[in-house]
Amino acid sequence: MSKKKNSLVIDATDHTTKGGLLNRRLFLSSAIATSAALATTRAAYGQGVVGEGQEDWVLFPGSDALEYSNRSRFEVDSVKRLLPNDSQEFLDLRLTKFVARTPLDHLMGTITPNGLHFERSHQGIPDIDPNKHSLVIHGMVKNPLKFDISALENYPTVSRNHYVECSGNSAVLWEKNPTNQSLQEIHGLLSGSEWTGVLLSTLLDECGISPDAKWIIAEGADNGMMTRSIPIDKALDDTMIAIRQNGERIRPSQGYPMRLLNPGFEGNTSVKWLRSIYVSDRPVMSVQETAKYTDMMPDNKALQFTLEQDVKSIITRPSNAMSLKKHGLYEITGLAWSGKGKIAKVEVSADGGNTWADAALEGPIHSKMLTRFRVPWLWEGGSAILQSRAIDEFGRIQPTRKELIDARGRNGIYHFHAVHSWGVAKSGKIKHVYA
Amino acid sequence: MYMHRALIIVTLLMSTQITTAQESRFGVPATQADIDKSFWAVFPDGEFLPEGEGNVAEGRELFEYNCNICHNFPDENDPVKNRIGKLFGVKDKRGKTNLKQTIGSYWPHSTTIFNYIRRAMPLVAPMSLSNSEYYSLTAYLLHENGIIAEDYVINKETLPKVEMPNKDGFVNAYPEVPNKYKSGH
Repeated sequence: MSKKKNSLVIDATDHTTKGGLLNRRLFLSSAIATSAALATTRAAYGQGVVGEGQEDWVLFPGSDALEYSNRSRFEVDSVKRLLPNDSQEFLDLRLTKFVARTPLDHLMGTITPNGLHFERSHQGIPDIDPNKHSLVIHGMVKNPLKFDISALENYPTVSRNHYVECSGNSAVLWEKNPTNQSLQEIHGLLSGSEWTGVLLSTLLDECGISPDAKWIIAEGADNGMMTRSIPIDKALDDTMIAIRQNGERIRPSQGYPMRLLNPGFEGNTSVKWLRSIYVSDRPVMSVQETAKYTDMMPDNKALQFTLEQDVKSIITRPSNAMSLKKHGLYEITGLAWSGKGKIAKVEVSADGGNTWADAALEGPIHSKMLTRFRVPWLWEGGSAILQSRAIDEFGRIQPTRKELIDARGRNGIYHFHAVHSWGVAKSGKIKHVYA
Repeated sequence: MYMHRALIIVTLLMSTQITTAQESRFGVPATQADIDKSFWAVFPDGEFLPEGEGNVAEGRELFEYNCNICHNFPDENDPVKNRIGKLFGVKDKRGKTNLKQTIGSYWPHSTTIFNYIRRAMPLVAPMSLSNSEYYSLTAYLLHENGIIAEDYVINKETLPKVEMPNKDGFVNAYPEVPNKYKSGH
């Protein structure tokens, strides 16, 4: 141990696998507290003005405080690139840019800044005046009721950490060949927030729902009026009407002034701009639960209402957004989540799944929320295949791509959740591979 | 001891009742007008389908002026329009049912067409047509997908009776994906 106090020496006891993955505790020990080695030398000032050599931001007063803060003007790369995969002709016909993905390679922790939360609309983001908007709950209820935003604000609220993932996230990984798309393009339909709102069960109780109710039909006030059916057991469990995201009112792109939030369910069910809930004994069979968001299986049957999301993880660093410049110690980190509950364990492999090492999980671990994992990795210059696999508290294990495709074929578009692989070349270049 | 426990339970019950009595209730009664404005769902059995009536010939004309800017006619093959959304294509070249997600080959319920196009189409101006016009467009789409005859009239009585070719093509995955589609573990 004593050798580790003073220098970065990694010996055989630190290795957990053949791929160079090290004991997850290494990062926590004092071994790599390199601050001591980074002692700086202060320049000696001459006889002149004492500020000589200082930068302008030290020498001059800074700017005014703002009503709403911006990021540094140097943070130009951490943006949701709008990724025009389609021809201009297509985009013109489509009228609006309807998808923007979270730059996962630029983020750490588990909370996505509100301005970087992924955006997905089907016919654009409505500009809703909250004074002209309300939620109507009707159908199989004793009392059809209406709730505007000021009414909702009066209820006891809950604040919970939950991820939202579009069911089409990672869809390119169903394709036969590996993709050249970036981490953001492949997996960026994924974000995490602290959502504040009123549990739907509270409002349903006030309306008095029939014992024969089996579903709710949620409709949005957007152009196109997004509509989804959600099972009543979910609606009475943890579904909430979210009005705040990370403390502030949810943004227009997230459903301002109110949205449905079905924790752990495919993102499309969390209907934004929510304006009505019809309590029903059957699903409505909207276009988004029949023609779309269903997956063709190898026997030509399509899976429908694949609502609760599987256990999944991705490595966000290193990724193909960077190259490894020199041999040495790196941190492999990423995100794991489960639509059923908490993440129990994440394992990381640097040799394409032959050997696995436990990653450290950063707590607190929330149910149906992103969990950050980390493991130190010594890259000695060889080629490597980096993978992560997550296991949730119910023992569900993230499948390999082969296992997933053996079970579900390759004709589906949605719900890809298998292990993802980054191939590291000897040059340090990283690209997506299948392994 | 038991007396004490009973007392505690009674006290708890009382406090629960107090809480219930003081429960926040801020909803106001929703009027029929509130409901009509915010609820446009149409169910597979035809519930909530409106009055009105449409036919294939009118639907073809409406399609030309409202839809063809983005969607191909059955005999057109513009790749950009195909990317927007292919609406026809029941059989492939070998006569096999093409299970790509078109109405005739994939959609399980006829009412979904009306439900969707009335709320969302045409893209530049959803809800800009009459119920009868949306019925006509529905009739045209069903006819060109080989599902109804050219003279079949579509209204709230006839639409739910239209049987879709892929009506039995779906398997429920809630609350659990059936075992045969589960991967490995």
